[in-house]
Amino acid sequence: MIERTPILNIATHVILAFGLIVILVPIWLAFVAATHTLQAVNSAPVEFWPGDQLWVNLQQAWAQSDFGPKFVNTLIVSIGVVVGKITLACITAFALVFFNFRGRMLIFWMIFITLMLPLEVRIVPTYAVAANALTPFQTIMDWTGINWLIATLSGVEVKLEWNLLNSYTGLILPLVATATGTFLYRQFFLTIPDELVEAARMDGAGPLRFLWDVLIPLSKTNIAALATIMFVYAWNQYLWPLLVITDRANYGMVVVQLSDLVPDQLTTGGGTPTWHLAMAATLVVMLPPIAIVILMQRWFVRGLINTDK
Amino acid sequence: MAEIIIRNVAKTYGKTTIMDGVNLTIRNGEFVVILGPSGCGKSTLLRLIAGLEDITDGEIEIGGQIVNQLEPRERGCAMVFQNYALYPHMTVAENIGYALKVAGVAKAERLARIEATAKAVGLADFLDRKPGQLSGGQRQRVAMARAIIREPKVFLFDEPLSNLDAKLRVQMRHEIRRIHNAVGATSVFVTHDQHEGMTLADRLVIMNKGTIEQIGTPEDIYEHPASLYVAGFVGSPAMNILPGSLDATGLSVLLADGQGLDIPSSFKARAGQLVQIGLRPEKLSILPKGHGQLSATFQFFEELGSARIYHLLIEDIPLGVVSEHKLSLTEGETVGIGFPTSALHVFDGPSGRSLDRPGVAERVAELV
Repeated sequence: MIERTPILNIATHVILAFGLIVILVPIWLAFVAATHTLQAVNSAPVEFWPGDQLWVNLQQAWAQSDFGPKFVNTLIVSIGVVVGKITLACITAFALVFFNFRGRMLIFWMIFITLMLPLEVRIVPTYAVAANALTPFQTIMDWTGINWLIATLSGVEVKLEWNLLNSYTGLILPLVATATGTFLYRQFFLTIPDELVEAARMDGAGPLRFLWDVLIPLSKTNIAALATIMFVYAWNQYLWPLLVITDRANYGMVVVQLSDLVPDQLTTGGGTPTWHLAMAATLVVMLPPIAIVILMQRWFVRGLINTDK
Repeated sequence: MAEIIIRNVAKTYGKTTIMDGVNLTIRNGEFVVILGPSGCGKSTLLRLIAGLEDITDGEIEIGGQIVNQLEPRERGCAMVFQNYALYPHMTVAENIGYALKVAGVAKAERLARIEATAKAVGLADFLDRKPGQLSGGQRQRVAMARAIIREPKVFLFDEPLSNLDAKLRVQMRHEIRRIHNAVGATSVFVTHDQHEGMTLADRLVIMNKGTIEQIGTPEDIYEHPASLYVAGFVGSPAMNILPGSLDATGLSVLLADGQGLDIPSSFKARAGQLVQIGLRPEKLSILPKGHGQLSATFQFFEELGSARIYHLLIEDIPLGVVSEHKLSLTEGETVGIGFPTSALHVFDGPSGRSLDRPGVAERVAELV
């Protein structure tokens, strides 16, 4: 129900404005802090208006955190995660919706249940697998006695090892499996009328052709939405890169670098906290996700206008 | 160049039997309409021919080839769907040409054929539009063009007109018939609308609960319905049905209100048999009281402009009469009902099978 009364209008706008303030004030403070010198930031009355040190602070923060290569790393990982997630989610949902096979619902629910198991919950086993991605196979072979057989017959002991630590693969793969995306795609695919599937069959299009020519163009807006969410998600990863990357010089990610700039007892060692640098770095790190959201939002809208339903 | 032969086809979903022992031969170039109420299996039959569903038992042959194991695209059928099933993200031209694109037809040839086909169905000015920008009738045309462009051996229509308004429906009906005549492919058209069936078909197939009730030309089916079911389904307003039983002579039917009605001896009716008398409303005429074979009580009439539907009662059994005559009758008035003997249909009471002259059931068997 849509109600339009002046009082309600004013009330909703007040709530909106309040929400906006709650969100914007911290960002504004971060921006202000990034424009002052160390002394100004740490002196008693909190500055509310920007100073003239922005460029200086940005340069110093950039250099100190070695942001150049770290941005490239993070971009590679984020794009890898986005592409991987979308591809995987799309083909999984495609199989689940358009093919009739035994255990279809079981598989769907198993995927769905993993929604309840985010990376943080399964971080220890995931790390173990990342340390040697072939561990599961090794275990199976040990248990079934295949290794024993091989060892007795040939004298060679089988040790499978594929280390994913300190690599892009290790950063990307554990983040790729996604129940959210699969679920999103499944729900969208379920709205595709059966007749459309049948029309494609009559036109002679095989399953992959149908996926490529019909489903993917139709799910453009879905892809845009999922890509946006997942890019921000991947960009903001902190815990996983922290664990899996020890070679920070080559594979460091920006958010981890950023956390190093945030002053704490360890980094300052009792010295003056360098909040101006931390805030300047925050501004820089924030930019790509914001840019993506703004860019993709235009796509969203275009997609919505163009839907022919 | 394609005759469709359906032999003993059955379809079951799990334990539910949708269709059982269907036999039908559709001749090359023929326009066959499968008519029946929703849930009678007519769409399933069409989808079995198309290859969109697996055949549980029996055989389907198209153009001399058993197609049971063939994929839809290999059967040479094109289908027009009820909801058009156009690809919403493609333009009209892309929609029409998609099958050719999939088949790998070169772009230049494809464009030429799209243009020619679009022209044939009157869509030449809309090639760049998306389906969302078209009206219902235009979408229907796109769906037809998409079927035509493949030059199929067989056209399958799954209630293609049911989403159009009445006027457009008549127009598209003519269009479909025209295209059928022009293309010369075998057409199978499924509908629940008897007008579409009667007007379009070379031959009608009446289906009921997964079996074929009767096959014949529209005229044949109208004049000689093989069962009560067919009689009630074809014709508008519906045929009047009067239950009764034959007397000892086997030549007179005793109706519910005690009236007697003589029937010719050519009906294969036994003395004492329970029967249903069928009379088409348009073959009856209202006569002064005491005339005609029956008497009935007038209730009210409906004005159609060209004619009127008079609603009468025989005891409590309704009887409709369509007449061009503007009669002034008062409610409750008793009138006589007259009709030619040829208008009389007699059905067996319990089974509903026709007891009609030269055994319609046998004639049907011949046609199959």
